[in-house]
Amino acid sequence: MSNDWDIIITNKNRLFSLDLSEVWRYRDLLAMYVKRDIITFYKQTILGPLWFVIQPLFTTIMFMFVFGGIAGISTDGIPQAVFYLAGLVCWNYFQDCLSKCSDTFNANQAIFGKVYFPRLVVPLSIVISNLIKMAIQFALFLVVYIYYFASGIDFQVNAALLLIPLLIIMLGALGLGFGMIISSMTTKYRDLRFLITFGVQLWMYATPVIYPLSVMKDTYPKYIWVLVANPLTAILETFKYAFTGVGEFNWFYLGYSFAFTIIILMLGIVIFNRVQRNFMDVI
Amino acid sequence: MSNTVIEFNNVGKQYILGSIGTGTLSQDLNRWWANIRGKEDPYLKIGETNDRTQKGDSRFVWALRDISFKVEQGDVVGIVGKNGAGKSTLLKILSRVTSPTTGDIKIKGRIASLLEVGTGFHPEMTGRENIFMNGSIMGMTKAEIKSKFDEIVDFAGVAKYVDTPVKRYSSGMMVRLGFAIAAHLEPEILVVDEVLAVGDAEFQKKAIGKMQDVSKGEGRTVLFVSHNMAAVRSLCTRGVMLKNGMVDFIGNIPDTLEHYLKIDDSAQKEKIIDNVKFTKSTLKISNIEINGTNLSESTIQSNQRELTVKIEGHSKEELNYDVMLILRNKDGMPYATYAKGHYMGDIQHQPAGDFVIERTIQLPEILTRGAVYVDLFLHHPMVEYQLKAPNCCILETMGYQQGFGSAMNQIDNGFMGLNDK
Repeated sequence: MSNDWDIIITNKNRLFSLDLSEVWRYRDLLAMYVKRDIITFYKQTILGPLWFVIQPLFTTIMFMFVFGGIAGISTDGIPQAVFYLAGLVCWNYFQDCLSKCSDTFNANQAIFGKVYFPRLVVPLSIVISNLIKMAIQFALFLVVYIYYFASGIDFQVNAALLLIPLLIIMLGALGLGFGMIISSMTTKYRDLRFLITFGVQLWMYATPVIYPLSVMKDTYPKYIWVLVANPLTAILETFKYAFTGVGEFNWFYLGYSFAFTIIILMLGIVIFNRVQRNFMDVI
Repeated sequence: MSNTVIEFNNVGKQYILGSIGTGTLSQDLNRWWANIRGKEDPYLKIGETNDRTQKGDSRFVWALRDISFKVEQGDVVGIVGKNGAGKSTLLKILSRVTSPTTGDIKIKGRIASLLEVGTGFHPEMTGRENIFMNGSIMGMTKAEIKSKFDEIVDFAGVAKYVDTPVKRYSSGMMVRLGFAIAAHLEPEILVVDEVLAVGDAEFQKKAIGKMQDVSKGEGRTVLFVSHNMAAVRSLCTRGVMLKNGMVDFIGNIPDTLEHYLKIDDSAQKEKIIDNVKFTKSTLKISNIEINGTNLSESTIQSNQRELTVKIEGHSKEELNYDVMLILRNKDGMPYATYAKGHYMGDIQHQPAGDFVIERTIQLPEILTRGAVYVDLFLHHPMVEYQLKAPNCCILETMGYQQGFGSAMNQIDNGFMGLNDK
């Protein structure tokens, strides 16, 4: 008799039983999930992937009318289209990751209830497939950006551009982390699910998407801490700064955002791993 | 040489009855508080055996308790038991969908479960895409799936539809495809739950054949849960019977099934008359005896050649009737029918008033050992039924045996044996 068991199933809790090698073994599944998300998005549509572009384009036009035109909120001299599109591309990526990830257990309970595979594959696939969607929207942003650049607007492009990949990873990681925490917490008590639907809306207004941080500083200096505490603020401001040279670039804010992201991500993974073992019994 | 591939150690699973709400929150807090002080979970001790027909006092129930057994490599283990005995819970724990409350399971090798085929199919994706998707969910790599793709499509018989979204598939096609994918997995251990319920007879045969190949030819281990006794019988080598969440019997498959069939009947120890489902309004039945007893379970002895039937009652009008008995096996397959009204046109007349109907039926000389289920009817053939009592009693036959012989088993040999002229 040998003792080399491959799998031992118990109810013992190990805090960091995160088995990344197992996730790696299921990388083909991860790829399949990403492919599925992309394919099924435009199945039986005529415009297909074009829908990825249409949504931010029209939202931007709407923003230009409502916030730029009617409300007259300053964009710090950046052309409105560029300003709003930059904000939307970032925000949309975060929001999609967050809301889809936070529905992981609920939406996949049928399949989770039947077969075992590392559950982490599902939220990871959401982040990756949304990254592809984000890349398309980012391309749209670049087209608009280059159009304005060519027509003579003087953007102060700077070295902060090098931070863009990191910013995007942080957006995804924040969405993933928060999403996993919410998803885990709603399996048993569903209260948070109500919060997420309108909470995300409110969160957008507490993030410099449709206004620059400088406007907030002038108007509500008392409440500026809300924006500073929001880990997304530094990401969005840095993003806009990198392309236009306008906005707030602050290493301290960005460092805070980075630390925040790491903590939320770790916390999310730990909670997610704890919950995934038994969530079928309580969902 | 024995080689244990799965070992269950005191596996238990506790569930909470009722709905989740603030009550659950306070229990959660209690549990958390006990945990912090390093004490045992206060709710783990409470709980009683899981008999869903009895109203319990506790909100906590053990769906599984103290399950311990071992599975050797190449075994095909049939897990049987009534609804709610814990079969599916056991398989769920084994396939790591949920974790046990107590105990542990140790597994050697890759395990794939087939708890319900076609799960993970995305309706919008084509058959081809779903084969890859489903295969990777089951743990196959892309290269593995590619090399088996044609075989899978061929086995499922859906070649024509492979580039059509599965939402256009018939339910049968979906099941066939799902099973085909799973059957072409190459895990060391395969867990199967009730998949053969769907699919036509031809496909079921194919599926059983495939599973036999898997276990016999390739030496892989299969755990199989089904209520289809014929499938369990033809497929499995060993049996485990669960009852109220505990292991009731472990043994080879004929013994396990016999044990299961004997135990598994709610009609046990009831009176036959309680199982009457219909009587004509003008008729009142006061007593029914079959095999000399009014109880719904009795034994046919080894040397017994007669089966007596007695029905007592009162009729308000004249009765034209015949007594009909249908003997069936556990699965409801008829073995024999006593119905002289049908094959002899033999109708009895009974004036209004009290009556006692008695019959003595000649039994075949060589009966096998097993359980026989009896349907009893009073009827006027082609006109009306006066009494219907389907599945009203179980006769346990001891089987015929003489000299150095031994009684044959009903499960393997059918209802009766044949003899020289």
